[in-house]
Amino acid sequence: MPHIEIDGSEIEVAPGATLMDAAAQAGIYIPHFCYHKKLSIAASCRMCLVEVEKAPKPLPACATPVTDGMKVWTRSERAVEAQKGVMEFLLINHPLDCPICDQGGECQLQDLAVGYGASNSRYAEPKRVVREKELGPLISTDMTRCIHCSRCVRFGQEIAGMMELGMPGRGEHTEVMPWLEHQVTSELSGNVIDLCPVGALTSKPFRYKARGWELSRRRTVSPHDGLGANMLVHVKDGRVYRAVPQDNEAVNECWLADRDRYSYEALYSEDRLTRPMVRDGDRWVEVDWGKALAQVAGALKMLRDTHGGDAIGVLASPHQTVEELHLLQKLARGLGSDNIDHRLNHSDFAADAGRAGAAWLGLPVAELSNLDRVLLVGATVRKDQPLAAQRLRQAVKAGAQLSIIHAADDDLLCKVAHKLVVKPSALVQALAQVARALQEAGLDVGAVAASIGGVAVTDAARAIAGSLRGGARKALLLGSLAQQHPRAAELHQLAWAIGQASGARVGFLSPAANSVGAQVLGVQPAGGGRNAGRMLAEPRKAYVLMGVEPELDAYDARQALEALRGAEFVVALTAFKGAAPDYAHVLLPIAPYTETAGSYVNMEGRLQAFHGAVKPLGETRPAWKVLRVLGNLLELPGFEFDSAEAVRAEALPEGEATVRARLDNAVEGVALAHPAPVEGLDRVGETPIYQLDPLVRRAPALQKTADAAAPEVWAHGELIARLGLEEGGQVRVTQGEGAAVLRLRRDDRLPVDAVRVAAGHPLTAGLGARLGTLSLERL
Amino acid sequence: MSTKVCLWTLDHPNPASLETYVANGGYSALKKILAEKTPAEQIIEQVKISALRGRGGAGFPTGLKWSFMPRSFPGDKYVVCNTDEGEPGTFKDRDIVQFNPHQLIEGMVIAGYTLGARAGYNYIHGEIFELYQSWEQALDEARAAGYLGKNICGSGWDFDIHAHHGYGAYICGEETALLESIEGKKGQPRFKPPFPASFGLYGKPTTINNTETLASIPWIVKHGGQRFLELGKPNNGGTKIFSVSGHVNQPGNYEVPLGTPFAELLEMAGGVRDGHRLKAVIPGGSSAPVLPAEIMMDCTLDFDAIAKAGSMLGSGAVIVMDETVCMVQALERLAYFYFEESCGQCTPCREGTGWMYRVVHRIEHGQGRPEDLDLLMSVGGNISGRTICALGDAAVGPVHSFIKHFRKEFEYHIENKRCMVGD
Ligand SMILES: Cc1cc2nc3c(=O)[nH]c(=O)nc-3n(C[C@H](O)[C@H](O)[C@H](O)COP(=O)(O)O)c2cc1C
Ligand code: SF4
Ligand code: SF4
Ligand code: FES
Repeated sequence: MPHIEIDGSEIEVAPGATLMDAAAQAGIYIPHFCYHKKLSIAASCRMCLVEVEKAPKPLPACATPVTDGMKVWTRSERAVEAQKGVMEFLLINHPLDCPICDQGGECQLQDLAVGYGASNSRYAEPKRVVREKELGPLISTDMTRCIHCSRCVRFGQEIAGMMELGMPGRGEHTEVMPWLEHQVTSELSGNVIDLCPVGALTSKPFRYKARGWELSRRRTVSPHDGLGANMLVHVKDGRVYRAVPQDNEAVNECWLADRDRYSYEALYSEDRLTRPMVRDGDRWVEVDWGKALAQVAGALKMLRDTHGGDAIGVLASPHQTVEELHLLQKLARGLGSDNIDHRLNHSDFAADAGRAGAAWLGLPVAELSNLDRVLLVGATVRKDQPLAAQRLRQAVKAGAQLSIIHAADDDLLCKVAHKLVVKPSALVQALAQVARALQEAGLDVGAVAASIGGVAVTDAARAIAGSLRGGARKALLLGSLAQQHPRAAELHQLAWAIGQASGARVGFLSPAANSVGAQVLGVQPAGGGRNAGRMLAEPRKAYVLMGVEPELDAYDARQALEALRGAEFVVALTAFKGAAPDYAHVLLPIAPYTETAGSYVNMEGRLQAFHGAVKPLGETRPAWKVLRVLGNLLELPGFEFDSAEAVRAEALPEGEATVRARLDNAVEGVALAHPAPVEGLDRVGETPIYQLDPLVRRAPALQKTADAAAPEVWAHGELIARLGLEEGGQVRVTQGEGAAVLRLRRDDRLPVDAVRVAAGHPLTAGLGARLGTLSLERL
Repeated sequence: MSTKVCLWTLDHPNPASLETYVANGGYSALKKILAEKTPAEQIIEQVKISALRGRGGAGFPTGLKWSFMPRSFPGDKYVVCNTDEGEPGTFKDRDIVQFNPHQLIEGMVIAGYTLGARAGYNYIHGEIFELYQSWEQALDEARAAGYLGKNICGSGWDFDIHAHHGYGAYICGEETALLESIEGKKGQPRFKPPFPASFGLYGKPTTINNTETLASIPWIVKHGGQRFLELGKPNNGGTKIFSVSGHVNQPGNYEVPLGTPFAELLEMAGGVRDGHRLKAVIPGGSSAPVLPAEIMMDCTLDFDAIAKAGSMLGSGAVIVMDETVCMVQALERLAYFYFEESCGQCTPCREGTGWMYRVVHRIEHGQGRPEDLDLLMSVGGNISGRTICALGDAAVGPVHSFIKHFRKEFEYHIENKRCMVGD
């Protein structure tokens, strides 16, 4: 290992390290702009020039590799003179408009200019002015401030996987810009705001809202997908003004998905429920908590007493905290009901009988970046888990083979080794082919062996199997579509068999922030109760809803709405009114994640706790407190808690260890049926990225993005031709009794016999099953 | 008549034709090494002995450069010829491509053989598109005659050359920007290390040489390194093409032995235009520092002598200026060129070239300030040696040398708001 001397102290550094790495190791700060630990080295800003013994010129620390015996001075007269020279160049054309710049107070250029800039300028020529660029609803530009560090450009190429920003032009005319008139559409785009060392790229929703130094920072965890990105919300006067990433190498590294960053706007949506409300005939009246809770307790008690606990169904969102979910399941069971579930969008619960534990990622999140073989099954991973997708992209860049079995050949922005793209009802058959290919290769596929003998193996399946047999670090990951699939249990069983045979770890990409927590806490039937599917197919007299919007969340939205409308009593614990006034009887305003203490268990089983960042809005209360009072009113035992921490201690006595002990993706006893794929056109009905949960649905800036565009009907060009339809025209989509009129668009990445119609959206809520069959007709 | 290494075909009818080339011993060097399976080390040794120094501007010893190439590296390797020729004042490489393309092809093929390359690329400046076309023709001829492509000269060895034309950006002549450009990316220099010899075109080991450098290779292989060395002088082997422009009676390319006195070259070019006196010379292309007449007239034309005199032989573009030239105006032109051609990635060059140009422009237009000259020296000092590629230094060279040698003219301009020279 090379030894070097840096600013007088001797250190030993890793071979191949740069002077920047060495300085970091020695705790020495070298000023820099273009260097970023997650991006390739550009070595172009020249701010990091340092003096190196025997080198005739100052050298850029970010790009200069250490050699044994090197002597480096980062603050010598020569080094500082070079650094000051660069700072002067950076400032000559800079507008110096700090007083009106959103980056003010948190600007790398401003900070370093204090140390390295002169108090007056030797530059007496006219300054450059750069025209603004329209990057879409999330990012504001003040391009005259750009210092050409190229971080934003490299981010697109290297991390987001799509080069949406480039730097055309030469010399002083070099400008950061999007392609032609395109906006930035990456689901990770907001990260360029953090990367931009100046105020050239800033948050559009946050623009001119507050100054950095007025805001206090509170640690929290993203409530959206199962990654559990760590973040800081910035708070002023009891209000959240923005969200930024909190570095955690094991989870989100230094990134956030746009969903994590911009959903805070929904906290102040007009639709926020801030006072308890009860239905009074056709009217809704605001009441105090006491009255509302008494009514809920009374109704539930009465229905239980007359019809038994089974008359009550409890549906909870997997975006709720550990503490909330724990108390909710306790309440359900206290009322004598095992009808509780968080899997509203699932349709096949057959694996419940045979699963060994809670479904989880099967490996640490960080290992996603280091896999060398990956098979994604039914995973729209870029939209469902944007940062997990980013890690997989890094793995592929490092040489991993990533294959997919899916109902759409969506662009994953990385190389895909092998693919089997089939309509949803053919997914089981496709996965069975891989198992069969392994079997043909002489591997033991365990219990499924007997039922896959007759499966004909395609070349693609054989290639996927071959890929899984190689490599050392490998995983088979089941995505949302596989989890929601009408034959999810068989997919699970086959995946497990393939994992056992090939040595790949089997995992589930959790769709929600607390999907794993909900399972670990028993927010699903444990003693013969009804799961989400049955609760809605076999309507209950009463429903307790927490954080859900069943008309959007449910696998079959039509059916869900019918069940709710028909119930005698529905209470919704919710942060938003939404459509609840349509079917509920009592609305209880509960705190969103920023207004309550709580915790989430992410996809790898990591328990992450947080405090409330701000006080609950209006009369909103943290749900754990609401449930505590409700438990007491119902005279149920064990509802005496004085803090969220106390609830957590009961829910997970050993904390994360309790979680880990309950994680297990093994499954047995699921029979493989092998029916032929369903005749006709299959619907591919996923939840769009900005419809995942009540928060993102109400985040205005996110709703203006291309990803939030109203659902359309996407079909393969061949299908459009075969049906005699017209691309761009309106079509009627009919699914059972449901129908919708939508615009038809072409996407040749879909199988010819599948049609993509997003679920989880008001425009398609009337359609029914997410993965059912449908028909199209011309209008 | 003295020996010419590169432009000898001009003494024949149909200089560019394969017949002319072959009739005068062309491709014999290639045939010989292929037939004899001459070991690569031997060829590199001869190139080292020849003291051939890169003709693209830096004068780096070619044999040494070739020895850096990891010849036994198992994957693909490339040879790239730099015919981007964008340096103001330089117009020699186009003449080689136009009048002696086969010698360049032979040189590239020998380089490919020696360096274990899989293919060669010739990057041709975008503003000489006809040469791109005639070069493609020459490649076809060579392929048809078995000197290029599959199974060259029946040896069983394959090597092909591809042409790539630029779009006229000066920076694409910088070797790593050139590689980026071939790869289809924006032409921007890469940070070095890694050098192209280890991480070049498409990330593979690559050797890049100037057109004239590569065109000299067949001669060296044919006649031996020692004879090439003797054409010139120690450490400066061979002949060199000088592109003489400016105030001479017969501007043009002159191929003379390295070490030829400048005065002799000036005479060959017909001397300073009639009735005028030599004032200054830029001896190696616009990036080279200017030298006043007195110094220049005592100089011989070789890398070492010009360096000793405080400038660079560079690409061999000799720009001759007589007493009518206003040095402030001349510098304004040069400063504008670098301002316009900076690729813009490194801060000192992107910001500094514009700053220097604007200050010189002000002086030229009668708005100079007394402190401007010190400012220019200081700004230049903050650029040179602190950038990714040599364009930064190249931009500073003229500014520093013009002010150093002709400070009085600049001061006069600032003080009197007009030119000291002429009308
Ligand atoms: C800004 C800039 C422009 C250059 N332009 C050219 C050019 O047009 N032709 C050329 O041969 N070399 C040019 N060079 C030099 C090349 O980078 C490289 O050194 C040369 O091609 C190597 O070949 P040689 O060793 O045979 O001279 C340029 C260098 C710089 C910094
Ligand atoms: S916009 Fe910001 S991040 Fe992008 S190059 Fe300019 S300064 Fe760097
Ligand atoms: S020195 Fe100038 S031309 Fe060279 S890389 Fe830097 S900015 Fe580009
Ligand atoms: S940080 Fe090293 S050159 Fe920019």
